Amino acid sequence: MKVIQQIIEYFELNTPVFLKNLETHIELTLVSMVTATVICVPLGVWISRKARAAAMVINLVNIIRVIPSLAILALAMPILGVGFLPAAVALTILACPPILINTCVAFREVSPAAREAALGMGMTPLQTILKVEFPLALPVMLAGIRTASVEIIASATLAVLIGGGGLGNYIINGISMMSESFLLIGAIPVALLAIGSEVLFGALQKKASYQ
Amino acid sequence: MKYLFDNLDMVMEHFWEHLSLTFSSLGIALCFAVPIGILAAKYRRFNSIATGVLGVIYTIPSLALYAALIPYTGLNVTTATIGLVAYAQMILVRNVVAAIHSIDPMTVEAAKGMGMSKWQIITKIELPLAVPVVLAGIRIATVSIISIGTVAAWIGAGGLGRLIYQGLNHDHTGKLVAGTVSIAVLAIAADLLFRAAERLIGPKTG
Repeated sequence: MKVIQQIIEYFELNTPVFLKNLETHIELTLVSMVTATVICVPLGVWISRKARAAAMVINLVNIIRVIPSLAILALAMPILGVGFLPAAVALTILACPPILINTCVAFREVSPAAREAALGMGMTPLQTILKVEFPLALPVMLAGIRTASVEIIASATLAVLIGGGGLGNYIINGISMMSESFLLIGAIPVALLAIGSEVLFGALQKKASYQ
Repeated sequence: MKYLFDNLDMVMEHFWEHLSLTFSSLGIALCFAVPIGILAAKYRRFNSIATGVLGVIYTIPSLALYAALIPYTGLNVTTATIGLVAYAQMILVRNVVAAIHSIDPMTVEAAKGMGMSKWQIITKIELPLAVPVVLAGIRIATVSIISIGTVAAWIGAGGLGRLIYQGLNHDHTGKLVAGTVSIAVLAIAADLLFRAAERLIGPKTG
């Protein structure tokens, strides 16, 4: 019960600090997710049409996926320095593999009959992609974005190690100070964010697949 | 890079530490995951409960889970192992269930027809046939454990994460690079090794 009291005391004095950390955490996640989506969705669509390029890119991306997130974040420091930007770049790299692979797979699995029907109706290739393939591919793409978002929220906790800020602040300080209340102030919101985004994207995915 | 080669002994020591943490966690995780997976494959209700609970644990960021565990289990290898086992559960159980479900029902029926008991069917038919898919799960779990194991250095579990930890804290690029490169090598090597093993075992069932 002492812990709960400490947490309440902390919030009485430091709610703005907490909100700032929460904001940085969400900002980091959003910036890297949006950047990764903007890069990977077109790239995924493009490689889904080229078997050889796809094999190459996917092999490369699979290697990146295997490298621990901490290693990628840590490597960003000697190259890009410390702060928000290096952390955002590293997180963007981490977000790419699931989005890219799922986009590629999603577009490849669109039935050729649907594509041909669209072309036969006189749609241009761009229209075919936007109006026929995209809606059909959406659920699988969303699954990729969902995986990426959960991974990024988790990895953003580590961003504090290279000066990126965020809720990881509380956890790292909590470990250093052996302060249970600090650990929980960091851990609970991060866990809730991750579970929340999982639920949100799960719902979106369900909605998209009913069309 | 120079640091890595100058201090190869020390790096190797961390490397073995990391490897032993990885495989002890994997071993413990398998002891839980195989029975849970078998039960989940047989009973639908149990399956949805197990995947629900494990899914939530899996979603919790590793540093947050460790943060929540520290007050109870302390800063040590035990805490690290508990966390790693918990994360591996989700991956392993899902694969065990998928593996058992992918077995042709005819095979099981044939075994039943030959008079095998339930237990015999599990140990002599279902488990051997499930091995290739389970192996894929073990590969993914191993890579995840190696990855999350780096974070475990922050809670005093040692391993290659320690080099990254010290590199970041002391602004020592040599250590940082040594740590990141060796952890990446370990993860990629583990991935390739298990893929090769899958290929070796695969054709027998195909």
